[in-house]
Amino acid sequence: MRYAIPKTAAEAASLLMEEAARVLAGGTDLLVQMKSGARSPEVIVDIKHLPGLRDISREDGGFRIGAAVSGAEMQEHADLVAAWPGVVEGVNLIGSTQIQGRATMAGNLCNGSPAADGVPAQIAAQAVVRIVGPKGERDCPVAEIPTGPGKISLGRGEFVASILLPARPERSGDAYLRFIPRTEMDIAVAGAAVNLVLAADGTVDQARVALGAVAPTAMLVEEAGAALVGTKLEQPALDALAKACEAACKPIDDKRGTVEFRTHVAGVLARRAARIAYVRAGGRA
Amino acid sequence: MAFDQQQKRDFKVVGTRPVRPDGIDKVTGRAMYGADLSAPGMLVARVLRSPHAHAKIVKIDISKAEGLPGVKAIVTSADLGRPEDEALRDTQDNCLAYDKVLYDGHPVAAVAATTPEAAKAALAAIEVTYEKLPHVTDVDAAMKAGAPVVLDGRAYEEVPAGWSQNVTNHCEFGHGDLEAGFAKADLILERSFKTEATHQGYIEPHACLASVGPDGRGELWCCTQGQYMVRETCAGILEMDASQLKVTPSEIGGGFGGKTTVFIEPVALALSRKAGRPVKLVMTRDEVFRASGPTIQSSTDVKIGMTRDGRITAAEATLRYSGGCYPNMTCMMGAQAAFAAYDLDAVRTYGWNALTNRPKEISYRAPGAPTAIYAVENVLDEMCQELGLDPIDVRLTNAADKGTKSSYGVTFQDIGLKTALEAAKAHPHYSAPLGPNQGRGLSCGFWFNFGGNSSVTLSVNTDGTVNVTEGNPDIGGSRASISMIAAEELGIPYEHVRTLVADTASIGHSDTTDGSRVTFMVGLATIKAAREATQKMCARAAAIWGIEPDAVEWIDGAAQPAGPNAGKFPPMSLAEIAATSLKTGGPIAGHCESTADGAGVSFGVHLCDIEVDPETGFTKVLRYTVVQDAGKAIHPDYVEGQMQGGAAQGIGWALNEEYIYGEDGLLQNPGFLDYRIPVASDLPPIDTVIVEVPNPGHPYGVRGVGETSIVPPLAAIANAVSRAAGVRLHELPMSPPKILKAVMAKG
Repeated sequence: MRYAIPKTAAEAASLLMEEAARVLAGGTDLLVQMKSGARSPEVIVDIKHLPGLRDISREDGGFRIGAAVSGAEMQEHADLVAAWPGVVEGVNLIGSTQIQGRATMAGNLCNGSPAADGVPAQIAAQAVVRIVGPKGERDCPVAEIPTGPGKISLGRGEFVASILLPARPERSGDAYLRFIPRTEMDIAVAGAAVNLVLAADGTVDQARVALGAVAPTAMLVEEAGAALVGTKLEQPALDALAKACEAACKPIDDKRGTVEFRTHVAGVLARRAARIAYVRAGGRA
Repeated sequence: MAFDQQQKRDFKVVGTRPVRPDGIDKVTGRAMYGADLSAPGMLVARVLRSPHAHAKIVKIDISKAEGLPGVKAIVTSADLGRPEDEALRDTQDNCLAYDKVLYDGHPVAAVAATTPEAAKAALAAIEVTYEKLPHVTDVDAAMKAGAPVVLDGRAYEEVPAGWSQNVTNHCEFGHGDLEAGFAKADLILERSFKTEATHQGYIEPHACLASVGPDGRGELWCCTQGQYMVRETCAGILEMDASQLKVTPSEIGGGFGGKTTVFIEPVALALSRKAGRPVKLVMTRDEVFRASGPTIQSSTDVKIGMTRDGRITAAEATLRYSGGCYPNMTCMMGAQAAFAAYDLDAVRTYGWNALTNRPKEISYRAPGAPTAIYAVENVLDEMCQELGLDPIDVRLTNAADKGTKSSYGVTFQDIGLKTALEAAKAHPHYSAPLGPNQGRGLSCGFWFNFGGNSSVTLSVNTDGTVNVTEGNPDIGGSRASISMIAAEELGIPYEHVRTLVADTASIGHSDTTDGSRVTFMVGLATIKAAREATQKMCARAAAIWGIEPDAVEWIDGAAQPAGPNAGKFPPMSLAEIAATSLKTGGPIAGHCESTADGAGVSFGVHLCDIEVDPETGFTKVLRYTVVQDAGKAIHPDYVEGQMQGGAAQGIGWALNEEYIYGEDGLLQNPGFLDYRIPVASDLPPIDTVIVEVPNPGHPYGVRGVGETSIVPPLAAIANAVSRAAGVRLHELPMSPPKILKAVMAKG
């Protein structure tokens, strides 16, 4: 096994062309997988030292977050938290305080877990992922990255360099909630992210709802968002939201939760997250 | 005056809260745990485990693995003899499978190699041919005729018709006329319950270092609750003389009963004997879950009759336990404990054990009692709800007291149940208001406590300090309490005493640290050893003063003339006598090698408030209070710690911890991610109230406190959840999917 610290993105991409190469950012998934024997990479490519990968920078009114920025660093960035509280709270739910010092939003995405807490709010936020590979850079909507449990759409030699959270209009807010049987240190049994933009009168103008842990990948539920548009989150709208979420669920039955449970709870979480996002956007609940 | 007679006395050290003697070592990392010891030339061992729930071992081919670089020894069951003793044979077969593998994770072979990588490669090169057999992992399924038989020839002598040969143990307790009792009842409730197996969850996995020389003499360092148990078991399996095997217990990172047997020690010794080099074997967490002792899985029926005013007229319980793949009698302790809290005219309990394809059960704090009492206290709570009665009043009406003939035959001496119930009733927790979706649960709990055998040597050093050497690993603060007891008896400061846990060659036999026995029994032996030492010191003073030894008594840490007729001499302190001891007759020590009954049962009462989220089934423990009779708390911090620890573990058992087996009979959650022990943020502060009703069997009144505290939480939480959710639940753990399902079914 080899451990490499590339100095340039091109060098990183070329290292990643090798057999059984894996990207190391925070390492909170990779090292655990190696220890359990689930993965035995030949080359570990540590991308933390590439230029810009540990930066949060402003871009067109939004935020570009380097792939090696930790959850703790995101939490400490007041402007980012103010603009995208739901995205940040999703990332901050990963692991524990100690894990937050290492874990990254990009790593959480690239691990490909359907239950990744960092992903649904990014989908609701319409985040754009910047991918670097042997052929240079390309941008890709975040929802197109995960393709199934443990699988992502990146090609050989490619890695995520940063993620762009777009600029926020006035009266916007997002929120993420997940269900675990404990209070921390657990894997989501269901998760829901809601991103809202309100009109001046408090009516929902735009709404995006994404669910996690209830299908092979985290997913956008368009009908769920549509159920909120034009409403002020009155009970029928919230019920329609929950129904749309339940209809979109295709969960597995396993030790963490039954199909019935995950489906029901996804709707409940979406309702609750919508209320939080609404208040954050300045709406009066 | 009889030795154990209690005198009213003002304690100077007992009952205070000095700094714990093991604290600094533990927080700085200096403490040496099982895996911390190494030896020159040491090999690393790894264990090959069954990937099947149940299979015949057709062949184990180690030829390829033996030839790999770095591999120094491979052992299988064929390297061991066949012990005549059935229990020892079961223990051996659990360490290395004989002709069948009986559960997912059952050890099949072990390798010692120069590096972990070489050992791992060797495991992969061992070829085991299995013939898969049908399996059964559920206790109720295992008891039915036609169930796959886990072990042949081990069935109970009178298995009822229609039951399986998996039924291995039976017991029955009780007295009185059940039929007449139920006839007097205004309300009879009959309910069935199920609980899943849980694991002790100690933070330190099993670990040992074994070294056997060419002369056949062995040394073993390991984390265990009983070095003598390890020595006897390993000597039996390896056919060694006990005198030739020295076992040294390490500092222990939690046991809770789970380290009262062996899993890896005989294997490491066999590897070391074969390789001729020291061998270290450390289990991974995955191995700990799959193949070290969880609790029983249980299925219980309870029937109780009660009058309108809350008097129990008759009570009956049938317990079906499975302790995994070997016979065991945990059902007996459950059947004895089930109704122990109550003074009943008509009571009967039946216990059954059935074999399943699960790992061999080993003790977990009050083995057998929590699941039995969970079922009983659950039915009682439902009856209180139905009859509109106060749960504490009903328990006070029926509570056992001094002179009560218990449901398991013993007549109680002084016990603290009523005092504990009254303390719970008076506690502000009991009358605090509850909000929406919140419920309050209550349960009594009981544990027998044990005495047993222990050895103590108390040495008076020439500088006036004292060493206590004893043979019981400290899993709950016993070194502190034993030092305090020695200081109390000798009349010297606590800081002048240091207590050490010795290896098997340094002091006489001591039973395993279990049964909440150490503060009681080793404390008792320490008092006796101290009194022997003070007698010797009085004799030294008498010789110096030229008076009769019985004219001297030990008061306030010094020899003093007994009354005016003995003569006028200034008191001679322990330090003074110690300083000249080598010239006045030689070293001074007191000994006690002893056995004791009279451990004194302990009762507890737990109160808890829970909020249930009716939309998700999520539970939040809002408030928790433990009231328990300690007899006499030597070091109250540790007593409170035991009370809180038991409650925390019980909360886990009640809400989220469980062994989950798939259809394939394989364990689905062998790790802390999906085996959900509560994390710190899951728990509220746990309030404690120590009740002290002295145990007449101990000179200070001490009762064991380590186990009672895990008994009430299961029912206390179940009752709180049931009241908060507005629907009774009959299965543990009450994980959110189960609660949500019950809430939704209620409508």
